[in-house]
Amino acid sequence: MNKNSWILYIGILVFGLVAPFIFPAFKVQLSILCVLIVLATTWNIQGGEMGYNTFGNILFYGLGMYLCASVQVGMFFPLAEWTESGGEKTFVHTPSQFFQGMAAGLVVAAVVPTIVAGLIGYAILGLRGHYFAICTLGLGVAAGEISGGIEIIGAGQGFTTPPFPNIGGLEARGEFFYFLSFGALVLTFIAVRAIYTTRFRLILNAIRDNEDKAEAMGIETMKYKITGWMISAFFCGLAGGIMGGLVGYIDSTDVAFDGREMGVFMVLMAILGGKGTLWGPIIGATLFHFFKEGFWTFFLGWQYVALGVLIVVIVIYFPEGLMGWLREKYPERFGEVVDEADRKAQVELK
Amino acid sequence: MDFLVFQYPMITVQACLDGLLLGILFALIAYGMALQWGVMNIINIAQGDLVILGGYIAYFMYLYGIHPAWGVIVSPIIMYFVGIAIYKLVINKVVDRDLFISILATFGISILFMQLMNFAFGADVVLANSGYGTTMLFDNNVVLPNSKIFSAFISIVFAICLVVYMKRSKLGRAIRATAQNARAAKILGVDTEKVYAATFGINAALCGVAGALISITFTIHPYMGLPYTIRSFMIVIVAGLGNLPGVAMSGMGLGIFEEFADYILGTEFRIGSVFLLLVLILVYRRFKLSRKREYLK
Repeated sequence: MNKNSWILYIGILVFGLVAPFIFPAFKVQLSILCVLIVLATTWNIQGGEMGYNTFGNILFYGLGMYLCASVQVGMFFPLAEWTESGGEKTFVHTPSQFFQGMAAGLVVAAVVPTIVAGLIGYAILGLRGHYFAICTLGLGVAAGEISGGIEIIGAGQGFTTPPFPNIGGLEARGEFFYFLSFGALVLTFIAVRAIYTTRFRLILNAIRDNEDKAEAMGIETMKYKITGWMISAFFCGLAGGIMGGLVGYIDSTDVAFDGREMGVFMVLMAILGGKGTLWGPIIGATLFHFFKEGFWTFFLGWQYVALGVLIVVIVIYFPEGLMGWLREKYPERFGEVVDEADRKAQVELK
Repeated sequence: MDFLVFQYPMITVQACLDGLLLGILFALIAYGMALQWGVMNIINIAQGDLVILGGYIAYFMYLYGIHPAWGVIVSPIIMYFVGIAIYKLVINKVVDRDLFISILATFGISILFMQLMNFAFGADVVLANSGYGTTMLFDNNVVLPNSKIFSAFISIVFAICLVVYMKRSKLGRAIRATAQNARAAKILGVDTEKVYAATFGINAALCGVAGALISITFTIHPYMGLPYTIRSFMIVIVAGLGNLPGVAMSGMGLGIFEEFADYILGTEFRIGSVFLLLVLILVYRRFKLSRKREYLK
């Protein structure tokens, strides 16, 4: 790591720490952006590095969301009565209860999805290509439909997460959730960056390029695939737990296991930025968030139409994403050695 | 949980018959899925939304006082051109590429269609009333709406017509040739681009028929498309590509499974159980193949 990148990282960190005070009106948007970046980055571990295009990371996100809220409520109050009464009217969390519950909830929200990923990983990750994609799509939708029928977590009427305690008002609430999600983002970035410098990334890339050959070279691919999925699940669950508190209301198919929105968004963000790179998903998520907020503001009602068109356009015309495009244009910047004569010859051929 | 189904045998008969009639419809949609998958090597997530759109065409005819059963004729004609338009705009750019690209691109189309239908027709659950009445069987213990029998009959007629068309006509032969080997077909003078467009159009027309029948028999709603896609995908992977009797059988099996899931688990878990069944089937096949050190691909 050279000096320039250190300056870049510290600059981004400082910007992230002061951002809610520079743009106080956009605290919620910035928190959502952090969550989106976490989701895109962790999707990239599967879709970009490992070549397993999953729609199923939404499962861990939704699971984390429900678990965090359930633990936060269940630690102090009976969960069934909470969901039945619509939550906040009957029971009130004191500030210390709220923060203790949140901390415990986030731990559970991160750990349980990781275990779930480990358990189902052996069965699901044996599928390849589009079978894997469709299977994980089915998994996400099934989770949404089934959780929508379970009474104790609110079934069809939804689950109100504990409201932020009455200290400091909306400002404090925004700052709390911003720093929580920014913390998750920093944690994710450090973890993913550390992973990407090790042999683990090379193994994932080998699986993407040719799994049979990787196996023939003596790599136990299944072990690494499951580990990769567990890492994703950890951060997806964490992001889900934070997002549940931020939104304040959990619905089974529209907020938690929202395959139609968040499940596609994470794929799209990673592809828009360029999958298989460290910075691609981050840039992609940022761009996408701007797009999305623009649509939601200026085309209200037509946002899904715009979204559908955007998906088709990105997938057809920019399958390599922004980083892929840059890489083609400036290969030297990415550490590729280009023979000048060779490049000229190719241009002349056209 | 409701165990009435075990205590009262007539419900079993009812569920089986309902499931069979429903499954024939699923098989029709799945046949379109198998056709485009086999010929063009794409997986169309928007399949279910094409079905729903076909259903709305029949529903509109009903609103304007025409008997919705005529939708079975009109809807496939309109949907054929919708299919051609989708092919020209999007699908022809994803045919030769990675399957995942086609999944994502059609996912985009699916979201687009969902929302456009929501604008055009509203978010209400609607039903085109055919006024066909019901048939009572076994001392009035089993009730079958005539519209379900009608829809199963029409599905079978369309399926037979299509099979004959694929076997006998020139275009059908070209489609089969392209499915076997697109490059060789191209060398031998088949305009594969036209074949692809026709295939997608035929698939959309089949969806139109199925949709019109669904709007008569069941209900339609703009957001109900994805389950139909998943059902047809599941039928195709169980039956295999190009295995028409298999598609019909597994379609009916799925229909019966759904009716029983509905009775035993409750209606709220019906769609969930379909998606879960997909996961279970894939996992089962994966373990079965991995014994021979093979995998689904």
